[in-house]
Amino acid sequence: MAVVELRQLVKEFDSGRVRAVDGVDLTTEEGEYLVLLGPSGCGKTTLLRTIAGLEQPTAGDVLIDGHVVTGLPPRARKIAMVFQSYALYPHKTVLANIVFPLRAARIARPERERKAHWAAKLLGIEHLLARKPRQLSGGERQRVALARALVREPLVFLLDEPLSNLDAKLRASARDELKTFQQEIGTTTIYVTHDQVEAMGLGDRIAVLSDGRVRQLGHPVDVYDDPADTFVARFIGSPPMNLVPRDGHLVGFRPEHLLPEDVLPAGADRETVPFAVDRIEYLSGDRHVYGTVSGLGEATRVVARLPATVGTPISAGESYDFVVARERMRFFDAQTGHRSEAVRL
Amino acid sequence: MTVTATDRRTSDVAGMHTARRRLADRDSALAWLFLMPSVVYILALVAVPFVLAVGFALSDVTAGDPSYDFVGFRNFERVFDDPVFWRSLGNTFLFTAVSMALIVVFGKVLANILVAEFRGKWIVRFLVLLPWTTPVTLGAIAWLWLLDSIFSPIDWVLRELGLLGRPGALLGAESNLFWLGEPDLAMGSVIAVHVWRLTPLAAVIMVAGLVAIPRDLDEAARVDGAGFWRRMFEVTIPLTLPVIAVAALFGAIFTFTDMAVVDVLTNGGPNNATQVLTSWAFFRGIDGGDVGQGAAIALFLFPLLLAAAIAILRAVRRMEVG
Repeated sequence: MAVVELRQLVKEFDSGRVRAVDGVDLTTEEGEYLVLLGPSGCGKTTLLRTIAGLEQPTAGDVLIDGHVVTGLPPRARKIAMVFQSYALYPHKTVLANIVFPLRAARIARPERERKAHWAAKLLGIEHLLARKPRQLSGGERQRVALARALVREPLVFLLDEPLSNLDAKLRASARDELKTFQQEIGTTTIYVTHDQVEAMGLGDRIAVLSDGRVRQLGHPVDVYDDPADTFVARFIGSPPMNLVPRDGHLVGFRPEHLLPEDVLPAGADRETVPFAVDRIEYLSGDRHVYGTVSGLGEATRVVARLPATVGTPISAGESYDFVVARERMRFFDAQTGHRSEAVRL
Repeated sequence: MTVTATDRRTSDVAGMHTARRRLADRDSALAWLFLMPSVVYILALVAVPFVLAVGFALSDVTAGDPSYDFVGFRNFERVFDDPVFWRSLGNTFLFTAVSMALIVVFGKVLANILVAEFRGKWIVRFLVLLPWTTPVTLGAIAWLWLLDSIFSPIDWVLRELGLLGRPGALLGAESNLFWLGEPDLAMGSVIAVHVWRLTPLAAVIMVAGLVAIPRDLDEAARVDGAGFWRRMFEVTIPLTLPVIAVAALFGAIFTFTDMAVVDVLTNGGPNNATQVLTSWAFFRGIDGGDVGQGAAIALFLFPLLLAAAIAILRAVRRMEVG
């Protein structure tokens, strides 16, 4: 177990024309599952590759377990990485794939075999050891890649979108297994994904990245409930947070907090907003209600998500009085996008 | 009259029925049409000469007396009794095997250099490819000058370095090495020129194989702790093996069938020390006028080239499957 620390990390490409990582400071906790989340092109994979030593930073330092490893090659960093493609050696059997890092470390054969079987057993792939990667399914390949990473007993696991090649159903179960697996071995893990569901489900903490910067670092609940800026507010949540412009500020509230008037008790500290509904979607029991709110600020198109437990009849083309609990509102500066003080409504 | 959309559609359909299928629509006819040029080419320039060669090998045709008389295997018997033939056959194998091995090793080294990123890469690529783009004969003539028995610049460099031309020097006290005059050096020279000429081709083929390897694999191996040599021998080479095989076989075939290098550099000498099947067949059949014997010698190339061609096709097939 170890702590990974990034100090003012900068990575430029094309002699400074592209700044993929733009001054990132980030420190993991011991044994933590840290997720780097962001849209494609935000620099999250570059950041991971810089930690791995596959990219040299333009400026700044990477520390693993208290040691500066910036100048060290990947093999000297005691890390293990699982690639998006899994990068299994296609000409080697599963067993040969798993023992490859151990052979590179010149570990004796009996010890290699023992470790390989231990990892294979942990991941439930013992029966596949004699096969070649092309004879495996996507899920099996992912486990082999994990086993290969595991046998090195690394200080840190680096995972680059390891679930993105799996189909939706398998992804859900693999996500669950990945989390259990990490809790079992307790190794610090840095996980890159663009999928907020994976990030929310797996991460002890989430670092939301955009344009090479960390926009917010926090527990899933903080990132969701208290976004640091409008980027995080719009990027996380499906549908994303509604933002209503009002006097140089933006009033934000999550779709599930925009509710019909009769749902919140009348005594509650709430804001009533007239809501002109124009379209309704039924999605897995929830109702997504699209329409325009007025009264909070400028008239803005927003979404309300009504859970299955809310039965209030709503139909398109009608206007209703909806409410938002005042404690659920978040305020942002319209210019900078950063969080601001609450605005009197 | 107003034409409604429905009317227009009906007339289109009628037009479609009346239109005849054109040649361009008939796949089977087109297939033959497009195949014909290559079929004619192969028949006229491969099959006919091959049958002719077999025919001549069993005849007493000479340049002076072109009348065809069947003589059975007499040409082969005479060829087998000729020590120069055995020398040529041995040389052909020796040159091919040594050149092929060196071409693969140097080609691999060059390929690794060519896929690396560095400043001035284009000029290195250009220089590396130059020998392959030079016509064989021109290249061989340039080497003829380099290996000249008196004015060889190589000898001059060796003399300047003190390795040659003074008493007690490493390579002898004589002023020249006589590259093409000493049997062993002449054989080495012929091999060197083949390697020089064919290494770029092998390198380019191997570069194509190297860039086809997903970058992830090399990076995974680096993260897994493998150093340069382990990555090369355990990841890169196994994955490019079919491509390396193709490069090796191309090198072998080009060396095996080439007579220009031998012809220009040594003319088979000294004393037939560098004679190969192709040059010996040429000297016997064309220069010597004994067409029957020349054809018989040349036919010995056939089984070996056939084996090489099969090996190439199998390697290519493995690439497709893998």
